[in-house]
Amino acid sequence: MFPDHLTTIRGIAPDTLRNFLRLGKKIKADPASFSTVLKGKTVLQFFVENSTRTRMSFEAATRRLGGASIAFAAATSSLQKGETLLDTVRVIQQYGVDAIVMRHSSGGSPDLVARATGLPVVNAGDGSHEHPTQALLDAFTLAEAWGSDLDHSKPFTGRRLLIIGDTLQSRVTRSNIHLFSALGGEVILSGPRTLAIRDLSLFPGVKKVDFPDEVIGEVDAVMALRIQFERGHKSLIPSVEEYRTFWGLTEERVSKMKTSAPILHPGPMNRGVEIDPEVADSARALVLDQVENGVIVRMAVLGALVGGLRA
Amino acid sequence: MIRLKNARVIDPSSGLDAKLDVLVEQGVIRAVDRPGSFDGTGVAESHDLNGCVIAPGFIDVHVHLREPGFEHKETVHTGSLAAVRGGFTSIAPMANTDPVNDNAIVTRFILDRARSANLARVFPIGAVTKGQKGEELAEIGLMAKEGIRALSDDGMPVMNSALMRRAMEYARMFDLPVISHAEDAALSKGAPMTEGAVSSLLGYPGNPNASEEIMVAREIALCRATGARVHLAHLSTREGVALVRRAKEDGLPVTAEVTPHHLMLNEFSLLRGGHECVHHQPRTDYKMAPPLRSEQDQEALREALRSGVIDLVASDHAPHGCVDKEVEFELAANGILGLQTTVPLLLELVEQGVLSWSRMIESLTLAPARLLGLRDLGTLQAGKPADLVVLDPKVEFTLRREDLVSISENSPFIGRKFKGKVLKTMVGGDWK
Repeated sequence: MFPDHLTTIRGIAPDTLRNFLRLGKKIKADPASFSTVLKGKTVLQFFVENSTRTRMSFEAATRRLGGASIAFAAATSSLQKGETLLDTVRVIQQYGVDAIVMRHSSGGSPDLVARATGLPVVNAGDGSHEHPTQALLDAFTLAEAWGSDLDHSKPFTGRRLLIIGDTLQSRVTRSNIHLFSALGGEVILSGPRTLAIRDLSLFPGVKKVDFPDEVIGEVDAVMALRIQFERGHKSLIPSVEEYRTFWGLTEERVSKMKTSAPILHPGPMNRGVEIDPEVADSARALVLDQVENGVIVRMAVLGALVGGLRA
Repeated sequence: MIRLKNARVIDPSSGLDAKLDVLVEQGVIRAVDRPGSFDGTGVAESHDLNGCVIAPGFIDVHVHLREPGFEHKETVHTGSLAAVRGGFTSIAPMANTDPVNDNAIVTRFILDRARSANLARVFPIGAVTKGQKGEELAEIGLMAKEGIRALSDDGMPVMNSALMRRAMEYARMFDLPVISHAEDAALSKGAPMTEGAVSSLLGYPGNPNASEEIMVAREIALCRATGARVHLAHLSTREGVALVRRAKEDGLPVTAEVTPHHLMLNEFSLLRGGHECVHHQPRTDYKMAPPLRSEQDQEALREALRSGVIDLVASDHAPHGCVDKEVEFELAANGILGLQTTVPLLLELVEQGVLSWSRMIESLTLAPARLLGLRDLGTLQAGKPADLVVLDPKVEFTLRREDLVSISENSPFIGRKFKGKVLKTMVGGDWK
């Protein structure tokens, strides 16, 4: 059984999470047979915090399932005129909406909307809290790369993922930690201490190192996070050059990795900062596979929550 | 005359804790004596309060009455009603009204409102700076003349140390304590919860304990420099407690308060269902400043209240409407109701053996009376105003929304089961 909402990875049973991935595998193998799953359904793309690609990915997923989208643009909405979030969403609900895909700058707000509307809500990123479909697409991509058996209850057993960068303000990191742990894998975090999650006591099994070079040769995949200059990173790291020297995925650093280990990046990339162009364009960087699989897992999530699909 | 018979009378100001009778005449305590020692002459009203506790009326040095300016949240009348329902006969409202209580006219307005409400005694707290903007001293002397009993910019901490020093020097002339909401605004900026396990889990910026520690240390340094009475509002950290302990050992006139919610709750309260089930928004009805801290901090606060390092309990009664709370966590207003839940919560600590009866009552009577310079209140000594409260420690009840007489209903304790209840409150000889 799938849950009513996907607002977090945390709190969802490991088997359910694995079933999203298994459903994605089926969809990827034969997308045509899922083209009417959302026929007659309308999905609200409720992006209160601006986003282009995640929204387009969800819109594409909705369309490929035969559904329709209504888009919401925060910059021109009544939220700018002082209306509360709940009033805004309740009004839009009256236009005839079957589900809400939501991005918001405040952690936990998808739950507020889920409670208020009673509609299925898919979290497309809430503050620095979670980004569940990003974690699903990352796991899906790694499962493909590693040839993991998704029928196995802990398909990532023995696998180690190193996440490098601003984990403190990263919803991608939090969702990935929960999903990876649920699938039996292990997560190691690395980044400047000014950008590190401070207290890992509620993330059992997760380790933290200052510098990636301590562990980069022993992991099975590396994920580089975007340095978000728009989130005030200037006061948290001295310079781009300093960041690149210690944490950037340079060719030299990548050469120390296991040869089979892939590289992920949630995008958009800052080439020459967290990832060098040569690395980004190399065969082990699965960035475009992630984008493609993003549509697939979002089809799986919307198909399950709104279209009644089973794993 | 009113005779209250057979109750357990606890009055730390006179060291009483025994089964006694209390006699009230013309608004004052006439006598407290052994049961049966008064004959019935002139007694118009007599109550047998066997099994109950009588204490001096409680005094809350930290409430927000929201009037003038925010009457949709609370008024002097409704807040005073919540006070007497909760066992408080005296309350001190903070200055963050609109306009701010930074001048004698606003002070007089609040006192006028309190007089027409005719419920609890109200002792306004004046702002330290004009408009609580942290730039210029407010009209401290004129407000003192009108009746303020303390100074505070509360939730808008005075970040300029030179200005705070001047304020303390000035306040000393009028023997007013300066109450500090100890928070370094640069460290807490944008952080709606404590920095710790829960903020890490939820990805929220965290307000570190150091934000409080730094400002507590500064206030103590300025107290040492000026000799002013300094009171630390709602301590929330073990580091803050340690600094206050040391200041007291040095003999400085530093006092401190703690709220019931910092004694009863911690950061995990933000997660509905505790540590485990957490795919929910953090609960805005647990959002306050200072934030709920760690379990170790909670433990340190309990111990400090027990030992007297923390002098008193104040509710930080902070009414907010649902429009302020049914919103994104970051946007939600800080604070919760407290006047009607403080006593039942403290009785839980008495029941658990964390606090003794006398220490609990001292922290609600003698200690706050001293802070505000109320020499006649917080006591049951003969000749003093008959402000008292009757508690039944055995009554069990579940707090319902409709029990709250405030205009707002932002209490995380709705639905909580309590043992021990305020039965009656008397102010100046009248039941309220």
